[in-house]
Amino acid sequence: MDEKRVNRSWFFRGMKDGIPIALGYFAVAFALGIAAKKAGLSAVQAGVMSITMLASAGQYGAITVIAGGGGYLQMAVTTLIVNLRYLLMSCALSQKVDPGLGMRHRLLLSYPVTDEIFGIAMAVEGRLNPFYNYGAAAVASPGWTLGAFLGAAAGAILPRRVENALSVALYGMFLAIIIPAAKKNKVVALIVSLSMLCSFLFSRLPVLGQISSGMQIILLTVLIAGAAAFFFPVKEEENA
Amino acid sequence: MNHSIALYLLVAAATIYLIRMLPMTLIRRDIRNPFIRSFLYYVPYVTLAVMTFPAILSATGSSVSAWAGFLTGSVLAYIDGNLFRVALCSCVAVYLAELLIH
Repeated sequence: MDEKRVNRSWFFRGMKDGIPIALGYFAVAFALGIAAKKAGLSAVQAGVMSITMLASAGQYGAITVIAGGGGYLQMAVTTLIVNLRYLLMSCALSQKVDPGLGMRHRLLLSYPVTDEIFGIAMAVEGRLNPFYNYGAAAVASPGWTLGAFLGAAAGAILPRRVENALSVALYGMFLAIIIPAAKKNKVVALIVSLSMLCSFLFSRLPVLGQISSGMQIILLTVLIAGAAAFFFPVKEEENA
Repeated sequence: MNHSIALYLLVAAATIYLIRMLPMTLIRRDIRNPFIRSFLYYVPYVTLAVMTFPAILSATGSSVSAWAGFLTGSVLAYIDGNLFRVALCSCVAVYLAELLIH
């Protein structure tokens, strides 16, 4: 079969599946844009951050570092820690494509590894054609970027009360990820409670309070996730 | 020390791209080590929990509305779990709480 035609049809299929993702991204990125503006980023900077990072929690972590005036090394380590899950997803995705897939495609395919695009790509039957991901990214990435840009730009014209309300959207999303997982898994429930307690103590106690929030994320994640992995190793089937 | 936003963005973008690119180009196989797999499994829950609390309490105009958003989000996440519904209801709770107190 004509390879170009096959690729094109995968691209369009990706675009179609990317539309609902783009709509969700737009809303979340809008809230992220507001947070970026509060940390001192301009709308263009928020847009650049969004198109280059394409990650919700990851960008929020980066915004936290900027707001706290952390160093560049802290920025790199925080970004690494907060986005570690993408490492696993990329590993899984690398098994899903043709083993002979060229370097150029591998480099391109690495850009839009997000929870959602990874999710739809892994649901494709058989081998993954990279054009499917390109199609999804071609729709989702502009939605994400535009949302963040407008969030940072419109934050200034929105009534204060609306801006305050939208500020918790991102946290609401985070809660919707961690709480259902905690409900299903007792270890996750334990580490989520412990993490919130420790992070609360870090913010209130005199000496620990000196540690910047970016550094807190790094320290607590390595310590708590490390201890949990040591004491409660995950069985294969839960980890899929 | 004064930091440049452009440099911050560059460092963050380069780091996140490397995380996504290295397994795709170099590793090309599953990570089997149970400790690393478990660690990677737990990491997002810890980072999200640490980033959410207590930061959410100072995200709005007052701690009362922030608590309203936090509690609404938590309870609804427990019952429902849909990302966008939970986020939306947290926002509405904050908005209503601020209407009530001012």
